[in-house]
Amino acid sequence: MVHTHDEETSEWLRDLDLASPCRTEALERLHRLLLRAAFAEVTRRRDRHSLSGPEQEDLAHQAAHDAMMAILAKVDEFRGESRFTTWAYKFVILEVSNKIGRHFWQRPSSILNDAQWDRLPDRLGIAPDDQAIRTEILETIRRAVTNELTEHQQRVFLALVVEGIPLDALAARLDCTRNSLYKTMFDARRKLRAALVADGHIETDQLSAAEESNP
Amino acid sequence: MNGWDDLDRFVRTDPLDVGCDEAIRLMHVYADIVIDYGSDRAAQRYPGIAAHFRACGPCAEDLTGLLLAAGA
Repeated sequence: MVHTHDEETSEWLRDLDLASPCRTEALERLHRLLLRAAFAEVTRRRDRHSLSGPEQEDLAHQAAHDAMMAILAKVDEFRGESRFTTWAYKFVILEVSNKIGRHFWQRPSSILNDAQWDRLPDRLGIAPDDQAIRTEILETIRRAVTNELTEHQQRVFLALVVEGIPLDALAARLDCTRNSLYKTMFDARRKLRAALVADGHIETDQLSAAEESNP
Repeated sequence: MNGWDDLDRFVRTDPLDVGCDEAIRLMHVYADIVIDYGSDRAAQRYPGIAAHFRACGPCAEDLTGLLLAAGA
């Protein structure tokens, strides 16, 4: 498929070309753009991830630098399916996500404790007003986790849902991709749904009852 | 259903969901459609990616950041 570049995208590609007399200036401009985006993104996420001033600044600089390296390595693969700047910003946003995931384990409280099932009702939005039903649902989930999930699915479920560890942080700890953990949880959620439907806690529906492909 | 909407959403899986890798691969394309034509158009064009963004918190967070950076 042939894509027509917008004027700004064409200018970026022309200026970033190795033979361009404007390349040095374009690299500086690109770095400024990435750094500004990195700071904005880190600032947006800082409260949820307990980032303080100096580490926030350091993380933004690292994200902008690594995004810059990735962009320059892949600029020849840019196919013009979007604006150049949107494509470039994607790299810096993903770098911020990745680095925040790794930062999680630098916090003193970030250790994998034994599963704390008491937190589960809040995490899953199980309202506390009907204690009997709440207890039944928790029992169904516990039984399904123990009996239906594989060992790996159990470990991921406990870490993400019971312990509340962010997905990117767990991916960093287990040295795997976000996608592989998402797929693990996707399959686990299907099994839990089946157990909850079987016990009459939730109704089946067309969407989830259909034969599902995995992401 | 006993009013456990959050629980229902948590265990709901969409067969269209393309997963993180594909959503990330096309996130910039999806974002530009959102910026230029709105999120409905983006979801119509890429229903599997829209399904993923509805279900995956980290990818949805990245899309939000990208849209803000790109000036949506």
